[in-house]
Amino acid sequence: MPALLGAEHLAYIGRQAPLKREVVTRRDIRKYSVATGQTLRKYLDGDEGPPLYHVALFWDVVELDQLMPDGVSMDGLIPRLPLERAMAGGLKIEYHRPIRPGDALVARRTLTGLYEKQGSQGPLIFYEVVMTVETESGEPVLTEKTTRLLR
Amino acid sequence: MPKFSDLTAGTALPGRSYKPDNVQLFLYNAALWNAHRIHFDQPYATQVEGYPGLVIAGPLIGEWLAQCVVEWLGDAGQLVAFEYSNRKAAIIGETLRSGGTVSAVDAQRREVTIDLHVKNENDEVIAPGTATVRFG
Repeated sequence: MPALLGAEHLAYIGRQAPLKREVVTRRDIRKYSVATGQTLRKYLDGDEGPPLYHVALFWDVVELDQLMPDGVSMDGLIPRLPLERAMAGGLKIEYHRPIRPGDALVARRTLTGLYEKQGSQGPLIFYEVVMTVETESGEPVLTEKTTRLLR
Repeated sequence: MPKFSDLTAGTALPGRSYKPDNVQLFLYNAALWNAHRIHFDQPYATQVEGYPGLVIAGPLIGEWLAQCVVEWLGDAGQLVAFEYSNRKAAIIGETLRSGGTVSAVDAQRREVTIDLHVKNENDEVIAPGTATVRFG
């Protein structure tokens, strides 16, 4: 299989995105908790974010003209790649403390991996982004590695 | 709530079944600001991306794996690590089932490792995962 990824793509590994800062609201936790079918009151009442709440909190809010025809916004951390159809991959998270309403959080995102594999239905490109989330005062909240696929 | 002293490798977590509809899928993607058409545009999902219907969002299934742990755990401890991967797409209309099994107990750290899964109606694991919880 000819390589899809060249040096110009791989040069992006190690790149960091601008910091993202978000303030957590009870309303946003409640909406997320309802949408994900939570049953525990602490989530439904918005006292604490469910385990993957930070995925919603730090999802890119992009403007309409930044969406591709499929509705996806490409991650600014990765270069334009030869495959562009996004698929879910997976997450690996270490938790340090729960997320609560009023938290002012800072997320640092780094592209840590970019590689290709042959899938059963054709080539796939994988990319990995590590995100660390802390409070404004530097208290660690969580570290997450996201793996996403393009086909 | 589970008691740490009762747990051994092989202890099963109850899990839940899920049959999300397109209202729930819409609310979930709205909460994220995720406009990927495979989640709401049936002609696009089927004709352009070749799925049999609207695709249930991958991280929503991930949340259900974590839910299997936190709903079992209650206030007995806290989630300290969690990972999962989406292996196969699930489509609106399918019934999914979560479940888990304790795979290791660390008495010194009062930590338990749990293998997790979400399966489809064909009993295929569409999303495997693991979690570590620390008991108080």
